[in-house]
Amino acid sequence: MSITRAIRPMRRSRPAQGFLEKSLAGFTDALEQSLFAEEIARQAGLLQGLDPRVKLLGALALLIAVSFSRNLVVIVAIYLLTLPMAALSRVPLGFYFKRVWVFMPFFTGLIALPALLNIFTPGPALITLLDIAQPRIYLAITLPGVITAAFLLVRVGTSVSITVLLILTTRWTVLLRALRVLHMPQAFVLILGMTYRYIFVLLHTANDMFLARKSRLLGRVSSAEDRSWLTASMGVLLTKSYGLSEDVYLAMQSRGFRGEVLVLDTFAMTRRDWVWLFLFLAGAAMAIWLGRV
Amino acid sequence: MHIPDGYLSPETAAAMYVVAAPFWIRATQQVRGMLNSRTVPLIALFAAFSFVIMMFNVPLPGGTTGHAVGATIAAVVLGPWAALLAVSIALIIQALFFGDGGILALGANIFNMAIVMSFVGFYLYRWLSGTWAVISSRRIFAGAIAGYVAINAAALLTAIELGIQPLFFRDAAGHALYFPYGLEVSIPAMLLGHLTIAGGVEAIVTGLILAWLQRSNPQLLEKFGNVGAVNANTVRWGWLTMFVLLFLTPLGLLAPGTAWGEWGREELQQLGLGFIPAGFDQFADMWSAPLAGYDIPALNNPTVTYIISAVLGVVLIVVIFFGLSWLLTRLPNKSMQSNIRQA
Repeated sequence: MSITRAIRPMRRSRPAQGFLEKSLAGFTDALEQSLFAEEIARQAGLLQGLDPRVKLLGALALLIAVSFSRNLVVIVAIYLLTLPMAALSRVPLGFYFKRVWVFMPFFTGLIALPALLNIFTPGPALITLLDIAQPRIYLAITLPGVITAAFLLVRVGTSVSITVLLILTTRWTVLLRALRVLHMPQAFVLILGMTYRYIFVLLHTANDMFLARKSRLLGRVSSAEDRSWLTASMGVLLTKSYGLSEDVYLAMQSRGFRGEVLVLDTFAMTRRDWVWLFLFLAGAAMAIWLGRV
Repeated sequence: MHIPDGYLSPETAAAMYVVAAPFWIRATQQVRGMLNSRTVPLIALFAAFSFVIMMFNVPLPGGTTGHAVGATIAAVVLGPWAALLAVSIALIIQALFFGDGGILALGANIFNMAIVMSFVGFYLYRWLSGTWAVISSRRIFAGAIAGYVAINAAALLTAIELGIQPLFFRDAAGHALYFPYGLEVSIPAMLLGHLTIAGGVEAIVTGLILAWLQRSNPQLLEKFGNVGAVNANTVRWGWLTMFVLLFLTPLGLLAPGTAWGEWGREELQQLGLGFIPAGFDQFADMWSAPLAGYDIPALNNPTVTYIISAVLGVVLIVVIFFGLSWLLTRLPNKSMQSNIRQA
């Protein structure tokens, strides 16, 4: 289902074959990913030092600018500007490149590929691949095709880079509270935070179930049996989630929760934050203006 | 199915936020009225559950594996409104904290996967299971079909959102700015994967979790989805919708052109293909439909025959469907027994 697994650290090659191994690898990846983000977010760097609300608004403004731009050069310029920001925020640059430009092509690249050809984007040929007179087969990479594919790749790559930078330099608890600046209801921010925490509880439970299954398996199991085990474990997880929600509710109630939610946001904007907010917004506005044609 | 940023124009992305917003507002009201402060942990836990479920690799017959969305099973247990919130939150966390799916495209992703899947899945499940008992094995079948149809509805909408991009958004020189392929490519490409693998995964997951819950925790199926209650009303509405759609079929006559991919020889030429594939003539007459061209010779009015053909088609589908479900209930419930033995 996932199209852009963007911020996971480099994956070591795992001998993953069966669904058990694949799922286990997926769980580990999610845990690894959030630990990695947490580690970078804790370091002292340029973006880490900014108010999370500034970063959130800045990232949104840049995403919107990238999305509006009708000019490839403008998008590339925005991407290039994120590089020094990443470097000054101690995001390993090799990782930053590879994450976006080595792994994205597996999905978006594959989608952009046919657009290069004259079948989908007719126009003057750059490279003729096949030219057979009888029967008539003509296949060429066209100039408009290259531009069309570049629009998709560069736009997706830059958007993913901006998102990755935001996620990597902001601790999730802080990012969550910063969402209040977008006027998200308090109850909603609370639910998001609880969900994030319980994702890890459920991931651990699922991980244990899968490991237990794997360690008790000898020899082959039929695919139908695998499916019935897997859906039973999903059912167990669903029942557990349900039970857990009751427990959490009672725990909340016993600590005085009566349905009203108050999220503490104790952020204070410094002069530096205002300067950066201005820079982000002005930069995005300029990019939209420059990229309008 | 998670659309990343860069595939949709900002106009489309904004429009999808606007479309999703009223569902959200209504869902928050609905859920608050339903459970008050208990809602907070319930929604949170189910959002976490649906996040984790999306990471499970499901083995399919034939050796491949795939991921499920799980919105249908969540809707069956929680009701569509709460499920909509839970799946939306899972999607927001994926986008904001894990970089899965775009931030600007979140409105579209929420609409496709959280809203459409929850509602299509829930109401189809309820309609198909009608007044059967909660532990009836026919409900497993209903759940599987609901999951299958729901994910395909979501895939179709995703394909439409992507496919309209080159129609509206091009630069001055005519280059597509966002997703480069039109509906004629995006719809078959999306549906190919979803009618087969992703639809299969969703059907299996929905049906089998339902079966598991029926055995181990049937009260969960009665509690929030209200599906235990006799719902003659839903059934009636379902039939009514179907009849309305049936009588709207003459509208098909107003649509210009032919359905995509259903061209005849002349239309292929008109499309400017330049040549007719050699196999086309060879196979063109191999299959002659019983109601060729939807035109019964005895009745000369084409509109009348069109409607008759539509009615016959629907009747055929209904007969096949009920035949299948009748057969399924007659079958000895083998899989169920073997599962009990395992447990």
